[in-house]
Amino acid sequence: MMKNIGVIIELDKGRVKETNFGMITLARAKDTQLFAFVMDADAKSVKEVLESFGITKIVEVWLAPDQLNNPVTRAKAMINAIKEFNISMVFGLSTAMGKDLLPRIAAHLFAPLVMDCFYVDLEQKIAKTYQYSGKTIATIQLTGEVLVFGIRPNAIEPVKAQEKAQMLKFDSSHIVATGFRVIKSGGIDKTTRINLAEADVIIAGGRGMKNSENFNILFQCAKKINAAVGASRVAVDAGWVPYSMQVGQTGEKVSPKVYIACGISGSIQHFAGMKTSGMIIAINTDENAAILSNCDYYVKADALEIIPTLTKILDNG
Amino acid sequence: MQIYICVKHVPDSAAHITILDKNRIDESISFLLNPYDEHAVTEAAKIKNNTPDSEVIAVCLGKNDAEKTIRSALAMGADRGILITCDKNYDSMVTALALKAAIEQDGTPGLIFTGKESIDAEGMQTMFRIGAVFDFPVATNVVKLDIEVDKAVVDCELSGGITNTYEMSLPCVLGAGKGLNTPRYPTFPDVVKSKKKPVQKIVFTDLNIKDSPAGMRIVELEPLHQARQPKEIKGDAGFVAKEIIRILKQEAKVL
Repeated sequence: MMKNIGVIIELDKGRVKETNFGMITLARAKDTQLFAFVMDADAKSVKEVLESFGITKIVEVWLAPDQLNNPVTRAKAMINAIKEFNISMVFGLSTAMGKDLLPRIAAHLFAPLVMDCFYVDLEQKIAKTYQYSGKTIATIQLTGEVLVFGIRPNAIEPVKAQEKAQMLKFDSSHIVATGFRVIKSGGIDKTTRINLAEADVIIAGGRGMKNSENFNILFQCAKKINAAVGASRVAVDAGWVPYSMQVGQTGEKVSPKVYIACGISGSIQHFAGMKTSGMIIAINTDENAAILSNCDYYVKADALEIIPTLTKILDNG
Repeated sequence: MQIYICVKHVPDSAAHITILDKNRIDESISFLLNPYDEHAVTEAAKIKNNTPDSEVIAVCLGKNDAEKTIRSALAMGADRGILITCDKNYDSMVTALALKAAIEQDGTPGLIFTGKESIDAEGMQTMFRIGAVFDFPVATNVVKLDIEVDKAVVDCELSGGITNTYEMSLPCVLGAGKGLNTPRYPTFPDVVKSKKKPVQKIVFTDLNIKDSPAGMRIVELEPLHQARQPKEIKGDAGFVAKEIIRILKQEAKVL
């Protein structure tokens, strides 16, 4: 029997987020139908781009706006769709949305789930993820009728594969969430401009930033290099920036292509949140800072001097 | 109201992890109460103080040594503990079933807390599995909580500092996030008192959890070796900045 694999597409203002393409690449397999589930947009508008990555069926899961806001109705709609289309493997992103949606789906289906995977073998049904604060790689065997995988954003290089997709609709507007109501959706903290978990480049500040105002230096640079701004626990605990910017063991876990650490010493707990970055560039005045011996490039200098210079050079084209 | 906190005994994040038999860690290192669970305990103790006739019970599935973690929760404000003893590590699907069985044997939950994730397995799903087996609503990464007569109003933080506010019927399951409170660390008298608080032990196999064909099993564990070869960029600020731009453009290809 032909297997059906499903990917849950994440959109941003009606566009398919870049991070989906690596996930779709990972979910492709021989002799399978690859379903894309789209909840937040008119599926026709994303048809072409999804086809270019090998999607063969696009399912528009239809929910009313207030249902779309509710994580319980979203999960229920996906659970019904997984059953309806006989999906045996479900892929989603380990983003803020995925961290809520995927465990709801897996829990209700009594299906195994591995979050934050950076590798999946569809034949063997194994997934690789990090455990123990990023100190180990765990290979996990999943068993069950339906398997769920949360894929770490940016972990997989996208590869195109052109297909023609059939368009399907799945009306879920009858679904209700019992005992769970949304009162307010999306109070946004204005200080973080680009989502940390999905950023290609992160520029982060620590003790060496000295105060809250100096973080503006990082924001200005971030705008130029299209980066998100992060922080170490020291900077958050000092009250210079909000907790939502914290990278590390008890903050956001990130794997950008480049992580620029400004005045961050590089504790074990900080590394737990960023050690899987593609490249680490450290700027620190303290030549004994741990980060200098566990990075790709380092500068023994004051980030408060280097970063404004860098921004100025980019400003001047 | 009975408030149950599901706690986990996890390796200290600063401990060196040694892998044995390629699929487990050497557990002769320092273990402690999962950091996110501290927020759960602190919040439960706060609710207890504002709610007459309430009781806070810390429940843990773990090996005998996990009693230490229950004692930590007791020192931070829980009234008593239940340790489900086992001799191996179970996945979150079995864990949820075991916690449910132990809680149901013990009382009637009005609220169930967990931490938003454990810092060892980082599976981020146990609270949802507990909710599913009880059929209670679930919210995770809770950073603000108000308990009203028959409902909970919670703020949950998504990444990037975005919060949503939900109203949930009681009983419900809540995954405590870091922003929920500042953990109240025990004083010496708290620690002394905690030693006298009761901890009931239940043997896992006595709960008769049925074997399920569905599950997750660690088949291999390997250390994450990082072979980064640090190269120094030397020069004045102008030179260094230009060199970083070159690296971003030519090597990382992000500019």
